[in-house]
Amino acid sequence: MTGAAFLDLSSLVALVILGLALLVSLVRIVIGPSLADRVLALDLMTVVAIGFIGGIAIRTGLMLYLDIAIALALLGFLATVALARYIIRRGLKVDQPQEEARP
Amino acid sequence: MIADLALYCGGVLLILGALFCLLAAVGVVRLPDLYTRMHAASKAGAVGGGLILLAVAVVSMDAAVFLRAIIGVLFLLLTTPVAAHLLARASYLTGYRPSDSTKRDDLKTRLEQNAEA
Repeated sequence: MTGAAFLDLSSLVALVILGLALLVSLVRIVIGPSLADRVLALDLMTVVAIGFIGGIAIRTGLMLYLDIAIALALLGFLATVALARYIIRRGLKVDQPQEEARP
Repeated sequence: MIADLALYCGGVLLILGALFCLLAAVGVVRLPDLYTRMHAASKAGAVGGGLILLAVAVVSMDAAVFLRAIIGVLFLLLTTPVAAHLLARASYLTGYRPSDSTKRDDLKTRLEQNAEA
């Protein structure tokens, strides 16, 4: 197996795994239970999307995708910081989550 | 030969990073409360994204792309913990308590000391 063929196969496998990771973190965004959980899952989703873009950059050979990934990292950080500020400013004791099932 | 070696290393790094991302996502769904979920998302997530960007750097074999990818990795490793810490602090201050299996709560004793002083 040549290097190029191996890279082609491994980038395909990595993109499938990253797609699974996106789906799994979507579960946490849907079930909550609090706003902070959803923000955390969105933050993770941004990082996974950065990885996805990296995989696409390797697969297509277009390294311009890397700039998109860096811009997305900046955007994700700013979004999380802004949402954390929003959670603080929304006030105390508003967002008490329901009791979760203990394992 | 060396070029082939870089491609093999890049492929292995890519799959490893993708697995770390999947691990982070599974941790975010499975762990009991926000603060333990944050461990999964900020540590495993940052390492997963960083490994994939590192794979791009290794595969490209171009100095400009290499430098940009390394800057991306450093940026990710710097910002993800800061974002997670801010979010944890925000949710703690608005009354989200850790799960019952949490044994130690340093921030709680600190806040009580501040309230007394």
